[in-house]
Amino acid sequence: MGRYVLARLWQGLLVVLGVTLTVFVVTRLVGNPVDLMLPLSASAEQRAAFAQQIGLDQPLPVQFARFLGDLATLDFGQSLWQRRPAAEVVFERLPNTALLVAAGLGAALVLAVPLGIIAATRPDGPVDRVIVGAGLLGLSMPQFWVGLILIYVFAVQLKWLPTSGSATWWHLVLPAVTLGLAPLARLTMLTRSAVIDELNKPYVKTARAKGMPRRRVLGVHTLRNVAIGVLTLAGWELILALSGYTVVVETVFAWPGIGLTAIQAIQRGDLFLVQAIVFVIAGIIVIINIALDLLFKAIDPRIDVR
Amino acid sequence: MSAPLLAIDHLEVVFDTRGGAVEAVRGVSLAVARGETLGLVGESGCGKSVTAQAVMGLIDPPGRILAGDIRWEGRSLTRDPKGWARLRGSEIAMVFQDPMTSLNPLMSVGDQIVETLRYHKRLGRSAARRRAAELFGQVGIGAPERRLDQLPHEFSGGMRQRVMIAMALACEPKLLIADEPTTALDVTVQAQIVDLLNELQAELGLAIILITHDLGVAAGLCRDVAVMYAGRIVEMGPIDTLFAAPAHPYSQGLLRSTPTLTASERRLVAIPGAPPRLIGPPTGCAFLARCPIGDEACRRLPPLAPTGAGGRAACFKAGRDAWADAREAAAN
Ligand SMILES: Nc1ncnc2c1ncn2[C@@H]1O[C@H](COP(=O)(O)OP(=O)(O)O)[C@@H](O)[C@H]1O
Ligand SMILES: [Mg+2]
Repeated sequence: MGRYVLARLWQGLLVVLGVTLTVFVVTRLVGNPVDLMLPLSASAEQRAAFAQQIGLDQPLPVQFARFLGDLATLDFGQSLWQRRPAAEVVFERLPNTALLVAAGLGAALVLAVPLGIIAATRPDGPVDRVIVGAGLLGLSMPQFWVGLILIYVFAVQLKWLPTSGSATWWHLVLPAVTLGLAPLARLTMLTRSAVIDELNKPYVKTARAKGMPRRRVLGVHTLRNVAIGVLTLAGWELILALSGYTVVVETVFAWPGIGLTAIQAIQRGDLFLVQAIVFVIAGIIVIINIALDLLFKAIDPRIDVR
Repeated sequence: MSAPLLAIDHLEVVFDTRGGAVEAVRGVSLAVARGETLGLVGESGCGKSVTAQAVMGLIDPPGRILAGDIRWEGRSLTRDPKGWARLRGSEIAMVFQDPMTSLNPLMSVGDQIVETLRYHKRLGRSAARRRAAELFGQVGIGAPERRLDQLPHEFSGGMRQRVMIAMALACEPKLLIADEPTTALDVTVQAQIVDLLNELQAELGLAIILITHDLGVAAGLCRDVAVMYAGRIVEMGPIDTLFAAPAHPYSQGLLRSTPTLTASERRLVAIPGAPPRLIGPPTGCAFLARCPIGDEACRRLPPLAPTGAGGRAACFKAGRDAWADAREAAAN
């Protein structure tokens, strides 16, 4: 088990470096940060001096080697835009994103499982129809649009909640709902169909014939058997959120997380900050994947982890 | 002690499906006394499992009990469904066909027995575990302490069926319903399971309803037998009588297709044709379409009447050798 985790971490590190290298090359090919950072009036000498100062005058392989060397000491270089260490910016903004994702997806998972189970116990019944209808609606709405509707209704019209920013806990509500709505719909639909499948399995008949109350049949026997499927999707939602959805939501709500920071860094040609963000997010995704595998092994001992 | 343990009275069960109402059980009456062993025999799809589910109170929508009564020790369950919750798993227990899928794959077999004991007998965790180990010994599973912690996939098919039996016996039920308990097993393992059920029956004095499509298996365990066809009982009586002198053409046909020790040299022949659809089934004798000796009279429903040989059969021509011509034709 320990060796398995080490092997997976090693593989993960290679993946992260691969992703980082790609970003590293692409950012340097598509735009020149020197042009973005310096005023149009800057002279050729000024430009060359700035390029040299931030190391962009060197050939790409040399730059990458330096980047890796600094990385070994957890140094991601200086953010050009914020004029302080990129790592500092990343770790300052990351908790905001973590909070948003935890609130949005956590609530989605906590609601989806009981909703899916309730719907599954009476397929095609009135409650099931309402849940499935709402689920389909939730699935078909684009995220930025949901965000704008929520802002219009709850912030502009009703004035119950703030439109944007992060000053109070109330500021978390709309972005978290926006982020969690589609995952809630997907997780509910998956839980529902998984439970419907599971309830037709013979072991459920056995549990009922033993006299186990409905609560126990659903909450213990069935739940554990659908857990891996549901958590696989939840993990996927988490990865999707970290690698893209948060960017949209944080931008719509001006939520100062890592997604919004990434957009701002790209707009400002802040190579070093972009690299740092990509590296950290890729690393987190690798760790999420390993954690999920270990969790699955704990749920289903038949899964072979080597 | 006049009331039998279990009495089923004119039970009718239907499933309201899109294609129409499936009349799965169409007026079954049965009684099982304490310690009695009854075989419920018939081809697949004739309503045996649905009858068992009805007894357990586990008919789910779109199914429903349309008519009839099920009484446990004289008390009606159909009129007081709450009574079922108390009986299920404690007084009446069930063993199913496929031991591979009938246990929760993610729960240790020990926990699956322990949860039953804790729920019905209110035992503490360690007391329940001791009892589970004892049950494993009783059904012939060695090294109980170690095996209790294993998951179902670590057991062979026969061993899993022993686990199922141990689980069913956990709360000392008065009635065990075994639905095709040996069908999914190898022949040698089948015999072992039948032997085990015999031993346990003698030891615990429990009543057993054995559901099977195989008259041979029923003969190994049951004193009485009821033959089901298309949702009805067509013949019932002592199993020896059925083997010696089957009265209904369907029972005769089933017997012809059953390998037995005495008839090993005889050719085994399946009954031609298939049971009728149970959506809008025939109102008269349901076997008419496949019966070699049926005629116009059989379009009315034959009552289940005494045969004189000690059993009862639902056939106007009960006792006649229905398959004589077929045998002759095959011989030539
Ligand atoms: N849930 C259900 N929905 C619809 N029809 C069913 C259902 N369960 C059983 N039936 C029908 O009831 C009839 C009897 O089934 P069953 O009792 O399982 O037969 P068997 O004698 O093989 O155990 C079959 O025709 C079957 O198709
Ligand atoms: Mg069956």
